[in-house]
Amino acid sequence: MPLGEPDASGRFGEFGGRFVPETLVPACEELERAFRSAWADPSFHAELDRLLRDYAGRPSPLTECERLSEELGVRVLLKREDLNHTGSHKINNVLGQALLARRMGKTRLVAETGAGQHGVATATAAALLGMECMVYMGEIDMERQALNVFRMRLLGAQVVPASSGSRTLKDAVNEAMRDWVATVETTHYCLGSVMGPHPYPWMVREFHRVIGEEARRQAREVLGGEDPDVVTACVGGGSNAIGIFSGFVDTRAELVGVEPAGGAAVGRGVPGVVHGMKSYLLQDEWGQVLEAHSISAGLDYPGVGPEHSYLSAIGRARYEQVTDAEVIDAFQLLSRTEGIIPALEPAHALAWVSRDRSQLAGGTVLINLSGRGDKDVAQMMEILG
Amino acid sequence: MTGAPPGRLEVALRARRDAGRKLLIPYLTGGLSPDWTDVVRAVADAGADAIEIGVPFSDPVMDGPVIQAASEQALRRGTTPASVLDALRDVDAGVPLAVMTYYNICFRMGHERFASSLHEAGVCAAILPDLPLEEVGPWAEAADRVGVETVMLAAPTAPDERLPRICERARGFVYAVGLLGVTGERDALASSALVIAKRLKAVTDKPVLVGVGVSDAAQAVQACQEADGVVIGSALVRRLLDGEGPGGAHAFVASIREALDDA
Repeated sequence: MPLGEPDASGRFGEFGGRFVPETLVPACEELERAFRSAWADPSFHAELDRLLRDYAGRPSPLTECERLSEELGVRVLLKREDLNHTGSHKINNVLGQALLARRMGKTRLVAETGAGQHGVATATAAALLGMECMVYMGEIDMERQALNVFRMRLLGAQVVPASSGSRTLKDAVNEAMRDWVATVETTHYCLGSVMGPHPYPWMVREFHRVIGEEARRQAREVLGGEDPDVVTACVGGGSNAIGIFSGFVDTRAELVGVEPAGGAAVGRGVPGVVHGMKSYLLQDEWGQVLEAHSISAGLDYPGVGPEHSYLSAIGRARYEQVTDAEVIDAFQLLSRTEGIIPALEPAHALAWVSRDRSQLAGGTVLINLSGRGDKDVAQMMEILG
Repeated sequence: MTGAPPGRLEVALRARRDAGRKLLIPYLTGGLSPDWTDVVRAVADAGADAIEIGVPFSDPVMDGPVIQAASEQALRRGTTPASVLDALRDVDAGVPLAVMTYYNICFRMGHERFASSLHEAGVCAAILPDLPLEEVGPWAEAADRVGVETVMLAAPTAPDERLPRICERARGFVYAVGLLGVTGERDALASSALVIAKRLKAVTDKPVLVGVGVSDAAQAVQACQEADGVVIGSALVRRLLDGEGPGGAHAFVASIREALDDA
């Protein structure tokens, strides 16, 4: 069954692995041991579940969209990860990793962030647990997501610009890894997606499994015991998508990941190795990693989590692409029809549903609404005038 | 492959070490400037025992600001793995050459093709810092088949039981990572440099060279209290980025050579 445990080398099929500098191998091994032990420990689950409920606000609701469904001719359900504390699904993973870091005796968290949602979530967890926090963010992203930069600083985190390369998410990951190489004895790298070296893709998926488990139960209530025809989510690194897919992988539901056309690693990449993992990667003929281009800072990434590459390779999920223009339309569509301003990232999933509505007509689609749009309002104000 | 005869790099380094010499391997980024192959010849002439050539990669996570900047500059000049190897074929440095790059460059070309490209360019060895022991097998076996030596890195964080396994897999020399961190100059040699060198020397007869954070002649001499030699990268590359050409590189490497010989 897909979405189980990876093999001993941390692979899902041919994808994944642990391609890190020697310095980090013991830290990855220690993290794997700590995660296995915590995940088998009822007291760890009890504490995490308590935080998810009392602090993050889980379970998040499932919303049936009547006006949107009527407009599209497709029955649309939204999993409302936008209503979590800090405004996105990212908090699920971050609370898990922060508790794990504390369990390992680490006092400092480093993180990369694209749109700033993972950075804000990490800064939040660090504040909650009294840990030091440093967030690396691409210089370009710091400009387009200035509000989140301020939020992170307000939460007590240090935000450091990544000023090399494309100055976006990819480079923020590079900087976070360089920090970790130097500080590994006291620091946990709180990676924000289902990517990186083993055990991160597996561990981060497990921390987001709660999205899929809740959604499956909630959808069956709404659909009279049935599962949706299609479950869809946006894919950058792919954590929110893996989280919701994990609840439906053993159902008849079709799983559809939606990538930005300018950063479609599954759709347009070939296998490569960067950031500790083997996965589909946008790269040139020599193996130089290409820059992604997307309206959404959170999806502006040339790689993808290895389990998505695997799900694509075995045909259990398929991956679609949407353009920035389609995303801008979807952003407005959901705002206008349902009174929900989505983040630009999940607007990708809606953009695909909207574009392909004739193929989906009469069916039921569950979209993971992974985050809210507050952070994107300033950017959209400029675009829409 | 434990019984395989040592390759050209290891033979050369052992011979010099066993003659009482401390080993010096300068690093420079291939394609950095139009005259970069002149720099290779200049540092060979200045007393390098081997030379490490960086094939620039877009995302060098083990490298600090200096080598990042050099990689970006080389890539902007249109440098590719093929252009570096083509140039090395004709460089005739007179000392063994090793290529340092990141695994995706090798993976993209394919293990067999990358190994034979190095071999055909006269390169003895490869250093891939993001390919740890658990992942190195398929590449290292392809490299062994054409006689290309895979240098292994050993970090201060490695537990004792790991070091002999790294040394056994290493060809050419064992690269002792001198500190917790990325490449770059430091004010002083980290104490971890001496510790990791000593730990490695206790478990292997292969040459052990300290790199990462070895910044000047005094630090090189200090590292060689335990190690067989040093790799010096950022301190040289910074001079090249500042516009010091083959002459400046020669003077810098010669000053380190002299300090090592006098120590």
